[in-house]
Amino acid sequence: MDIQFTEEQELLRSSVQRLLRDQYDFEARRKIVASEDGLGRKQWAEFAELGLLAAPFSEAAGGLGGGPLSTMIIMQEFGRHLVVEPFVETVVVAGGLIEQVGSDAQKQSYITDIIAGTKLWALAWTEKGSRFDLATVATTARRDGDGYVLTGEKTAVVAAPWSDYLIVSARTSGHRHDRGGVSLFVVDRRAANLDLQSFKTVDGRRAAEVSLRGVRGELLGREGEGVAALEACRNRAIGALCAEAVGAIGELNAATLEYSKTRKQFGVTIGSFQVLQHRMVDMFIAHQETLSLMQHLSLSLNDDEAGVSRLASGAKSKIGYAGKFVADQAVQLHGGMGMTDELNVGHYFKRISSINIQFGDPAYHVLRYAQLDAAA
Amino acid sequence: MELALSPDDAAFRDEVRAFIKDNYPAEMRVANPETDLSKEQMLLWHRILHNKGWIAPLWPKEYGGPGWSITRRFIFEQETTRAGTMPPLAFSVTMVGPVIYTFGNDAQKNKFLPRILSGEDWWCQGYSEPGSGSDLATVRTKAVRDGDHYIVNGHKTWTTLAQHADWIFCLVRTDPTAKPQSGISFLLIDMKSPGVTVRPIITIDGSHEVNDVFLENVRVPADNLIGEENKGWTYAKFLLGNERTSMAGIGRSTRYLNRLKKIVKAEIPEDDPAHLEFIRDITRVELDVLALEATELRVVAQMARGIDPGPAASLFKIRGTEIFQNITELTHRAIGNYGLAIREHPVSANRFMPGPDYGHTASEKYLNSRKLSIYGGSNEIQRNIIAKAVLGL
Repeated sequence: MDIQFTEEQELLRSSVQRLLRDQYDFEARRKIVASEDGLGRKQWAEFAELGLLAAPFSEAAGGLGGGPLSTMIIMQEFGRHLVVEPFVETVVVAGGLIEQVGSDAQKQSYITDIIAGTKLWALAWTEKGSRFDLATVATTARRDGDGYVLTGEKTAVVAAPWSDYLIVSARTSGHRHDRGGVSLFVVDRRAANLDLQSFKTVDGRRAAEVSLRGVRGELLGREGEGVAALEACRNRAIGALCAEAVGAIGELNAATLEYSKTRKQFGVTIGSFQVLQHRMVDMFIAHQETLSLMQHLSLSLNDDEAGVSRLASGAKSKIGYAGKFVADQAVQLHGGMGMTDELNVGHYFKRISSINIQFGDPAYHVLRYAQLDAAA
Repeated sequence: MELALSPDDAAFRDEVRAFIKDNYPAEMRVANPETDLSKEQMLLWHRILHNKGWIAPLWPKEYGGPGWSITRRFIFEQETTRAGTMPPLAFSVTMVGPVIYTFGNDAQKNKFLPRILSGEDWWCQGYSEPGSGSDLATVRTKAVRDGDHYIVNGHKTWTTLAQHADWIFCLVRTDPTAKPQSGISFLLIDMKSPGVTVRPIITIDGSHEVNDVFLENVRVPADNLIGEENKGWTYAKFLLGNERTSMAGIGRSTRYLNRLKKIVKAEIPEDDPAHLEFIRDITRVELDVLALEATELRVVAQMARGIDPGPAASLFKIRGTEIFQNITELTHRAIGNYGLAIREHPVSANRFMPGPDYGHTASEKYLNSRKLSIYGGSNEIQRNIIAKAVLGL
């Protein structure tokens, strides 16, 4: 089950690699993260120029038709370079949702702007107490003329401070935990009665608590069917995040191996100690397994297979635990250096730690994997 | 779990408990005392303990210690950690102090010990160097004799709170031709000496705890040499033994576990399958703490009977740090999506942090606790010590 990449896919990979090598080394990233809005607008424009923002969309939607495999290729490289720009939020999550359930007019307008690199998006689904459950929604939307008005609080919305639009889940009927009755809305991030309280995230991004007090929203997809749409969206997001994690794991392993071959203590390289050799073998095995699972999931997403939700949860869990193991050990084996802000190792650690929260932690997804099996 | 205490010792425990309750400074109760307190705030409790005569439990009475038995020292340690008080600066009281009264001359004892007790001098530790972490014996910082001075050149690193320090105790190489362990001396250096530069090292949690210390042609009076030249390794090993004794951290782990239970109760409804999973994980850690505490009490009881505990300190260091890392991970997991946020350092009151107060330090604690299995002799090194010294491998 090894993916034989097409010439086009190899070309995509090498062009992303070239771009990031030239423009996104660790020092360049540090400058972006430290800048006032913490975002590389110039880099985003380059991504658009190179067609990365168009890659996963269907040709009908104006994209390049690369689907989940192109997302995988891009995200693996983004993971290697710790790219902070909201590709997942804008292209994979929001763009994917719009393509999946949006009207022709919405696709025409929003996807065109996403591909052009002129608009950024974020998804506001988490609430206080919702934890990782897509259906726990207390935010409400009521009809008002030909639109809707939203009221509620969304929490820890990654990329919200950067975004032009938010997709907000809100309840049009039913009770707080009901699966039915949740709808999705496009909201202008600068709309009246919408407030953000922004904060920095562990992994160098920006996020916000979002307060909606009677904000106008435009329905995306069918009323009351938001949870099903979000589930499919989460599968794609997981595919992207898993690829990003695998990219980070590969870099951590390479850095740790290199360090263990050069760092000397007690007159020998630390890589000559058997206990560390075995540790690094386990890290290598973790990389191999996660790489395989990542490909397996991306193929399944590509073919839109029936069991894809379950596989997504399985991959999110397994890759999450493996990533945590590798990140822990990479810091440990680098010793004090691994604890510093100066070295990239700690930054991979932090990104993997955040990936393990976004769209559900490994413990959540291992249970979901079991439950979906019982349901099948 | 408690030691079986005599009525006198039980009364002592009650006295310590009451003293902490009545005297621990409210302004030291901040979200994260390790990173949020100024030097002056950190010293508040130190001064209170000093006035009470309790600042240096380890020290013999003649140098200003309280003259406690091993049991009382343990009770004091237990009560202060259970109450979440910030321990006095270990580099001063636990580390360099005992080296000075054990190996120093009278002039050094008279000069330094009272200022350590009062908190007037803040000490930092000049052990690690970029090339000498686990393998301390390879320190390269050079001290060359020049009349009644040494000229010191080198680079120390991971120096905790050097930004506040008045003095640094250093391992320096005085005989470059001898075997690594035999050419090292133990030198006390005034941080205000010309040629001493401190550069902050920011860690992955965003805090400034550790530093590089550069020593360039620093003139140090030969009077500041501890003991004999080239015998520094003996003193260093003595000191490292002291560093590792209180690392089981039972009191701290217990406090953080109790807090974690409250967070889980508040964050995760009982009908969520994740709730049971957390209960199981937390309980497993509780049992780890119980087993380590029982081991600690057994060792303390043995020490009270005069039995040498051997490298028990290594066991405490390994398990104590693994347990605390586990607790910080679970806490970070328990706060769910808020775990994405991290406080900005230096901490400023008007910067926004999302979510309930109890989650505000979860990310930084989780990140910061990665250091525990690295510093003070990595856990790999501690396992080597047990393999060699206990198992004879």
